[in-house]
Amino acid sequence: MVDRDNNRRVLTGTHFMLGNYAVVEGALAAGCDFFAGYPITPANEISEGMAARLPTVGGKFLQGEDELCSIYAVTGASLAGAKAMTATASAGYNYMQEGLGYAIASEIPCVVVDVQRCRGENFASQADVMQMRWGPSGDHEMIVLAPSSVQELFDYTIRAFNLAETYRTPVIVMSETTIALMREKLVIPEPDQIEIRHRPRPTVPPDEFLPFQAEPNGVPPLPDFGEGYRILHSLNPHDERGSIHWDPDVFEALYDRITGKIQANYEDIVQTESTYLHDAEVGVIAYGSEVRPAQEAVEQARAGGIRAGLLKLATVWPVPEREIRALAEQCSIILAVEMNIGKYAGEIERVVAGRCPVVRVTKNRGLVHTPSEILKAMEDAWK
Amino acid sequence: MEVMANPLRKYLRENSLPHFFCSGCGAAQVLNYFLQAAEELKLDFDKLVAIGGVGCTARIPVYLKAESLHGVHGRTLPWATGIKLHNPELQVVIFSGDGDAAAIGGNHLIQAARRNLDVTMIVVNNLNFAMTGGQVAPTTVRDVRTSTTPYGNQEPPFDLCKLAEAAGATYVARWNTSQPRQSIRAIKKAMEHKGFALVEIVAQCPTYFGRRAIGSGEPVDGVLWIKDRSVAQRDAVNLSAEELEGRFVVGTFVEKNLPVFEGSSVHAEKGGAQ
Repeated sequence: MVDRDNNRRVLTGTHFMLGNYAVVEGALAAGCDFFAGYPITPANEISEGMAARLPTVGGKFLQGEDELCSIYAVTGASLAGAKAMTATASAGYNYMQEGLGYAIASEIPCVVVDVQRCRGENFASQADVMQMRWGPSGDHEMIVLAPSSVQELFDYTIRAFNLAETYRTPVIVMSETTIALMREKLVIPEPDQIEIRHRPRPTVPPDEFLPFQAEPNGVPPLPDFGEGYRILHSLNPHDERGSIHWDPDVFEALYDRITGKIQANYEDIVQTESTYLHDAEVGVIAYGSEVRPAQEAVEQARAGGIRAGLLKLATVWPVPEREIRALAEQCSIILAVEMNIGKYAGEIERVVAGRCPVVRVTKNRGLVHTPSEILKAMEDAWK
Repeated sequence: MEVMANPLRKYLRENSLPHFFCSGCGAAQVLNYFLQAAEELKLDFDKLVAIGGVGCTARIPVYLKAESLHGVHGRTLPWATGIKLHNPELQVVIFSGDGDAAAIGGNHLIQAARRNLDVTMIVVNNLNFAMTGGQVAPTTVRDVRTSTTPYGNQEPPFDLCKLAEAAGATYVARWNTSQPRQSIRAIKKAMEHKGFALVEIVAQCPTYFGRRAIGSGEPVDGVLWIKDRSVAQRDAVNLSAEELEGRFVVGTFVEKNLPVFEGSSVHAEKGGAQ
């Protein structure tokens, strides 16, 4: 159980913690002061932890009547000035697409945790990886982070808030049953060792402020409701004043900027980690909980004489195209490891674009790959 | 001759004008009623959040020079819940059509009323989905023709005020567009009320409900059609259910004070309820 009566935001120290609680502690450390969620397994411990912890640090907790209520309450609270989050699991994430589309179009910072499950069962799965990218209607980019451990659930939740605030957009923490319901070591640093970012604020008075005029990084400043700026937030195409506008030039410029601000800040948003890639001939690409058996398999392969290496995608969306392309230039073959019928592999093949063969290593039966399964795939491919 | 600006125009967002309401639209009348109520209450528009979903009525916040939210069908109350919980100092008013309130957002209405969320919801009930072309709504009276009931409406209409009362709303009133004084007074009471306040205003839609259901696109015919079918609450108590079929009972149905919603989990030592 979470430490209910602890009124500190940052529980500095070494813990043995459930993954879902690590999300709670990461959110609080990041400054989260609003949470809304609807019950769904395997995400419930996030709501329960927030219900216990948030009121003690001055935040507000809402159990919504459904996921739509949760995502819109989060966007409303965010516009009122909150750092806001919701958490759900695959089927519940479906319902949130409507609110996510709005948050993207009106550039509202928020964090959504999707603990992926499998068709109503709490099986291990990465089957939502495409929905995370393409769920909402309309043109958009998405920022999706893929933790692979309890520590990363904590770390990436903080990073999700920082990216959401910096770029005024929803950021998804793509969790999985495996890590969400796992207990393992978590080290929470001192508060001053945690990077905390805040949304850009207007520097001019309301009569000089254009609410959707971007700064050089593509992101417009965002005042809180009640500060006198009296902004119109609409899903409809809007100009820099926020006025609904049907001019095709206005529409095009708006969506070029909303999608462009993500790609233009690739270096800040996209993160990968490389293991043994310095001399690798066989490249393994994995994300989320599949990183762990993949790393073990790479080490076993190297022990057996195959020069293998791992590219871990900490950010899955936007696609780490530069890193994948570089891997394709270096390696003779790439293995795309994932826990679904083979979805992200299509993105990898698109980026690799024939530079080397891509072997799909998929598993879609509610279980994480074992290292030996990935090793065998490597050995078969390397023959 | 000098042209005087409407004294209420100061509350409107100039760059959103001209408005898009049809001639004689009831929602535009309700905008006028709200502005008069705001003027009399001296509302601080810097602290006012006006929320609309999708539809004709939902366009009202686009024209108000407040903090405005617009453009998602039925989700006005979830937005309002997040806003009020995070900053209770903000005053929130929702402009909702009967589609937003009674159809796609129906459960949100029930839950917000149950919680006694401290917001005002003004429902302009024009008895059909007007923006999309006059389709049948949950509030459409029986037997009339709409775009999707070409042989007459088969469904009984929703009584939103009864629904709000049963769910726990602490201020509930219904008037119609032919009753400006009552409508303005109800809006003022609702805005001053601490807790969930619902004001339903039955309104004419000349373009669709008028032409299809009542056979006339004249705004006055629409107003009179509703007026003729309205019955005061004190008279309604003496009428049977059959006699009230297709009628609009007008009056103030609920006015009481109960604790307002401050979140689903409130720590006792932080000043909230146990």
